[in-house]
Amino acid sequence: MKDYMKSLINDEKRFDGRKLNEFRNVSVTNNVSENAEGSAIVKIGDTEVIAGVKMATTVPYPDSPDDGTLMVTAEFLPMANPDFSAGPPSIQAIELARVIDRGIRESKMVDMKKLCITKGELVWMAFIDLYIINDDGNLIDAAALAAIAALKDAFMPKLDKENKLLHELSSKKLPIIEDRVPLTCTVFKIGKNLFVDPVLAEEKENDARISIGISSEGDINSMQKGGITALTLDEIDQAVELAKKATDDLRKILK
Amino acid sequence: MAKAFKRNDGRKVDEMRPMEAKLGVVKSAEGSAMFKAGKTIAIAAVRGPREVVPAHKQRADRGLLRCTYDLLSFSVNDRKRPGPSRRSSEIGMVIENALLPAMDLSDWPYTSVDLYVYITQADAGTRCAGINAAALALADAGIPMKELVSAVAVGKVDGQVIVDIDKHEEDQGEFPTDIPVAMMPNSGKVTLLQLDGKITKDELNSALKLAEKSCKEIQEVQKQAIRAKYVSKEESK
Repeated sequence: MKDYMKSLINDEKRFDGRKLNEFRNVSVTNNVSENAEGSAIVKIGDTEVIAGVKMATTVPYPDSPDDGTLMVTAEFLPMANPDFSAGPPSIQAIELARVIDRGIRESKMVDMKKLCITKGELVWMAFIDLYIINDDGNLIDAAALAAIAALKDAFMPKLDKENKLLHELSSKKLPIIEDRVPLTCTVFKIGKNLFVDPVLAEEKENDARISIGISSEGDINSMQKGGITALTLDEIDQAVELAKKATDDLRKILK
Repeated sequence: MAKAFKRNDGRKVDEMRPMEAKLGVVKSAEGSAMFKAGKTIAIAAVRGPREVVPAHKQRADRGLLRCTYDLLSFSVNDRKRPGPSRRSSEIGMVIENALLPAMDLSDWPYTSVDLYVYITQADAGTRCAGINAAALALADAGIPMKELVSAVAVGKVDGQVIVDIDKHEEDQGEFPTDIPVAMMPNSGKVTLLQLDGKITKDELNSALKLAEKSCKEIQEVQKQAIRAKYVSKEESK
């Protein structure tokens, strides 16, 4: 299988006839779970991820008394892939959540100052929870897109006079700074060629991968290399170019 | 008194919420289905029959059914901490027990049929929606069943016996009584019965009668979903 896959990618061919830099069909559906403050289902080919945002109030960290906070978690549901099992999160799920968390956090796409309720006492916390429904490869990109789509869909809940959370949403959206919103593309390497958006069979044979989060202004907000093969500087440069093009296309679908 | 009873969403006391069912919602699984009742949405997927891991749980005389049930963290008002809980473990077990009477796994010793049920949007009745989706997922996976299993929560709210309780009704009045019921509608056998609240024996009997009638309606929706996937339009004419 490995040899066959290598020869296919070496000939710049894919299982499904796509080009190396071509994504499968991508769809984004918002507002899929109405008790969530924001939610989205993203499908890339047969890969499917559902994301939801819930807001809660919490005490701020002492070093940032007027900043809200956020957390990304991911669960690889055991129905999504026969290799996934129930129980504590696998290392893959932890990596995926942390890569996406860093992309959202470091891009500063959420205006944390606006998530302050009372300085030093009470701030908003955004929980961004990701569930893999079906795995046919490229989970990081699908999950990252779902996280962003759910955040953009989210409304702030109402508080009562004592700042207790009400189960009712206001008409105020979560404070998102549009220009900073990062999208993520993971570039994979098999043999000497780089390509994007693998199906599961391709992904299983990859030598290396690199996930790159890029803002609409073209800034790189996050990177994560995976796999046990080294990449050259030239390959990293090519990967960034591939990711730029791919995230530009994803951005059009998100709007 | 019964005539004066008004439901929050205007339904009759014996009226189910609008239902939808669809097969094949998890592409890579052997079988899968979505079942929606009002605002409650469940998805279920089947993997197997496959070799049991860990091996000491294998049975030489029959295959196992193992069910995982959970609410997605954002499917409810107060975020649920992701991952299994005592509640989800118990519900996984009662779903297994609700489905097993309709199944015969004696042809698959040493294997398990792994069933996954997740609630993506919750408005009460999640285990019942889960069972309805699960029965369809098993059918979609080609697991032999004597008949489909259908489930609904009946109960008593403000002294009135009603069917398919939603979240609003679950918290209404002094002793709201919630009774999830699963049945094999053709043979009329009950495979899941739980109750909490306060209800008389007579009321319970009328609630169960109501559940029986509703499970037949649910089975029709389930059958329709199977036809939609497996019977071509020509054949169904």
